Amino acid sequence: MAAIENNLFDIRTMDTLASGSTGLHRLDPRAKLITTLVFIITVVSLGKYEISMMIPFVIYPVAMVVGADLPVLYLLKKILLVSPFALLIGIFNPLLDTRPLLDLGFLSLSGGWVSFFSILIRFALTVGAALILICLTGFNGVCMALEKLKVPSPFVVQLLFLYRYLFVLVEEASRMIRARSLRSFDSGGMRFKVFVPLLGQLLLRTLDRAQRIHLAMLCRGFDGHIRISRPMAFGYRETTFVFFWSLFFILARCYNLPVYMGNLIAGVF
Amino acid sequence: MSHHIVKADNLYYVYPDGTRGINGISFTITHGESVALVGANGAGKSTLLLHLNGCLTSAKGNIRIGDDTLTSKTLKAVRRSLGMVFQDPDDQLFMPTVFDDVAFGPMNLGLPEQEVEERVIHALETVGASHLRNRPPHKLSGGEKRAVAIAAILAVSPDILVMDEPTSNLDPLSRKRLIRLLQSFEHTKIIATHDLDMALDVCERTIVLHKGTITADGPTLDIFRNEDLLLKSGLEKPLRMQEYNPVPLNKKKTHDHDHDHDHHHH
Repeated sequence: MAAIENNLFDIRTMDTLASGSTGLHRLDPRAKLITTLVFIITVVSLGKYEISMMIPFVIYPVAMVVGADLPVLYLLKKILLVSPFALLIGIFNPLLDTRPLLDLGFLSLSGGWVSFFSILIRFALTVGAALILICLTGFNGVCMALEKLKVPSPFVVQLLFLYRYLFVLVEEASRMIRARSLRSFDSGGMRFKVFVPLLGQLLLRTLDRAQRIHLAMLCRGFDGHIRISRPMAFGYRETTFVFFWSLFFILARCYNLPVYMGNLIAGVF
Repeated sequence: MSHHIVKADNLYYVYPDGTRGINGISFTITHGESVALVGANGAGKSTLLLHLNGCLTSAKGNIRIGDDTLTSKTLKAVRRSLGMVFQDPDDQLFMPTVFDDVAFGPMNLGLPEQEVEERVIHALETVGASHLRNRPPHKLSGGEKRAVAIAAILAVSPDILVMDEPTSNLDPLSRKRLIRLLQSFEHTKIIATHDLDMALDVCERTIVLHKGTITADGPTLDIFRNEDLLLKSGLEKPLRMQEYNPVPLNKKKTHDHDHDHDHHHH
């Protein structure tokens, strides 16, 4: 359980990072959100063998990390933490796709391996970009941006509530698990027979709490809309930020920049 | 001003599972009065409170808040004039920051942003929590959460304050601060509590509930002096009114302990 609690503290760390005051932090959340979305879409839409086209995309996360002074090791650890998902998705590619694609003389690389690495790289890029977005803006800031961008409010409210009550829920769960472990002296793992009612109990408590929260909201005049007043200014800086990064992503998506660069340099010499 | 009256007339409530909640309750609370609602666990205090602003609807009888009898039509007006502070501040504080949370009520009233901000600042000042305005609620201490929950209600500027166990889970100093705060309010107050000492400080009138009915209703001091009544309702005198009989702890431990089980002999 300690692991989960620690991970939650990590989420709080991200919030702490988001309270920084560099120029990138102060940018309107909407600008960062849109840029991140364009980044993710262009990266994901790259062909599965086009590893060289992915190289220019590394510039964005690097620029953000340097510009906002984010802790690199922390981010890499977070990416590593979720990497098993990507590994599982790509793990069978080398077995299924054995067509040789790359021949380095001593070693021929099959299409499966190339697509496997391309999945890993795209995964690292997109997850990294999403983490950077949260570190620069904070979870709530992202929600506000969604709201301002006219995302249907039920979705935004769901996200806000998820974030607010995640902590309460985990604390409740860890209290229950502690209570169980203090009374199960054999200290073996939790048996299924115990786990199921514990989960049920947690669900019931959650429903109870949801009901109380709803009542408290009704008592303060809730009518289905959450209104948040948060002045946001989408100015000159935001527009240039979104425009230039998006332009760069789209260029990098459509043209193989590294090859162009290579030709250019080869042409000069 | 007589219109901040709270009148309950013969309320009954049975929970869906058949448990009796409250059983024929009537009282009238006039403007500016401060009333403590005391009783053992399960006496029906919280159930009664939830009736006052229409969170629960009684099977029989009715409630009047001010000039309105509580119906689905007057619900909105009633909830505006009667503010309710819930027992667990975590249930009440759900917005991303303290400021947003206190602003939630006024925003729902449709006030202009300038006024919302004024009200939030004023409410936070009143409870002494101005410095918390940009903090996320889940990072606050218990006492701070409670103060913010109260500010969130004050920002709607209700005439009547209803509170469920306001002093529970507070450390002694936070509790004392809260009592001073409650004393400074001029609202009509209805406070459900087990903290009889707080009731003694804040409320001049006390209603005793037992198993869903009112067993006594009168001046707080008179009720707390009536030991029989308190005992029957599952209560005891406020600690301050109890005599202090120091029990020599050491002696008790070594010689006087109860022999309700045999000693183990090894």
